[in-house]
Amino acid sequence: MNVTRGFDGRPRVQNTGLPPGQYDAGDDWPVLSAEVTPDLSPADWTFRVDGLVEQPRTWDWDEAHTLPASAYEGDIHCVTSWSKFGVRFAGVSLDAFLAVVRPHGSATHAVAYSHTGYTTNLPLADLTGGRAWIAWEYDGKPLPTEHGGPARLLVPHLYFWKSAKWVAGLTLLDHDEPGFWEQNGYHARGNPWEEQRYSGD
Amino acid sequence: MTETFAPVTRFAVPGRIAVSSRAAAEWQTATLTEVRRETPYAATFRFAVPAWQGHLPGQHLMLRLTAEDGYTAQRHYSIASPPEDSGHIELTLDHVEGGEVSGWFHSVARPGDEVEVRGPLSGFFAWPGDRPALLIGAGSGVVPLMSMVRHHRARGLSVPLRLLVSARSPEELIYAREFGAETTPVFTRSAPQGVPVGRMAAAHVAPLLAAQPEGGWEAYVCGSNAFAEHASRLLVQAGQPVDRIRIERFG
Repeated sequence: MNVTRGFDGRPRVQNTGLPPGQYDAGDDWPVLSAEVTPDLSPADWTFRVDGLVEQPRTWDWDEAHTLPASAYEGDIHCVTSWSKFGVRFAGVSLDAFLAVVRPHGSATHAVAYSHTGYTTNLPLADLTGGRAWIAWEYDGKPLPTEHGGPARLLVPHLYFWKSAKWVAGLTLLDHDEPGFWEQNGYHARGNPWEEQRYSGD
Repeated sequence: MTETFAPVTRFAVPGRIAVSSRAAAEWQTATLTEVRRETPYAATFRFAVPAWQGHLPGQHLMLRLTAEDGYTAQRHYSIASPPEDSGHIELTLDHVEGGEVSGWFHSVARPGDEVEVRGPLSGFFAWPGDRPALLIGAGSGVVPLMSMVRHHRARGLSVPLRLLVSARSPEELIYAREFGAETTPVFTRSAPQGVPVGRMAAAHVAPLLAAQPEGGWEAYVCGSNAFAEHASRLLVQAGQPVDRIRIERFG
């Protein structure tokens, strides 16, 4: 341990919800997207699921809203070290979309992509079982554009770069293909509890 | 049956360089050798990092402080120094109100202190010195852009490079004495006699895009989210392609 002379740090809080190396950002919600925020209205938004599925399908805004509503209330964790507690998102569980397209048994991973062209890769197991959503509301209001509105992917148990803003679709694959940050040195999976920040972690 | 991913939308801004996962995984000791005041709120901290593998202008690192009970605080910081400054790195940090890491640097740190760093990180905002670079920053957002300016000078590069930098006042303009003909400062609260006061506007950006070098500009935008949104919109409105705008937002 390399103790820094004269460094005490913030008052210690026993917060079992805080993954290693993270701090509580409180009311802040930093925006860290690397690209220009798109001018995307709900009428222009679509969401497609294809690749290794029985029935590829594209939903528009109204069609996606006919699926059963589902909410997430809990925490989110950014690789830059902030965590945010007690956030409330609403939208539709990804399971509901996948039930329509019916993934092949050979599908093991997915690439999620945005209307901006941003991409991120995930194991399919991280997107199923009630752990991932397409979210269009935050705190009871439409999701702000800079936070990925009209709709973003939400995978809150992984670092938040996996939760692609302005989500446009998922392509299911039988192998892992690194996405945007993953090609830029970030970890393939990004589990905050194992502190999988960079590709060497 | 194997499929590969074929994006339906144009792929966003690709990374500029391959990054070393090994360098990013290892914590190294960085010894503070010098502190230089830049403005009333910002100072530059120079470190000796003997095994530093080198970086490209625009990259950042992760820095960690450790308390006696093992508590750690880590933050991402952009690197201010150019790659030519071998074995050393410089960070320029604002004194953030209540900031536990920047507060330690501004109140406690002195030459000889040791901290830990890992990096360099992320190839996305890196500038290898190849394409014409249009740099737009505000406040401490000028830090990674200054690494590019310094690299450009150190190498005597002929590729065009321009810097538009916004600050509240001349006193708060970081690196003010180092800027040359490549730089246009914009002051939002107070300015020297004869220099207009106001927010960065289309009038600042449009002339640069009207006089594009061959192959066009690679634009690098850095600052707060509010500034990054504003500046990137100005660029798009002036005709800069969205896939040639790289944004680093300070959170």
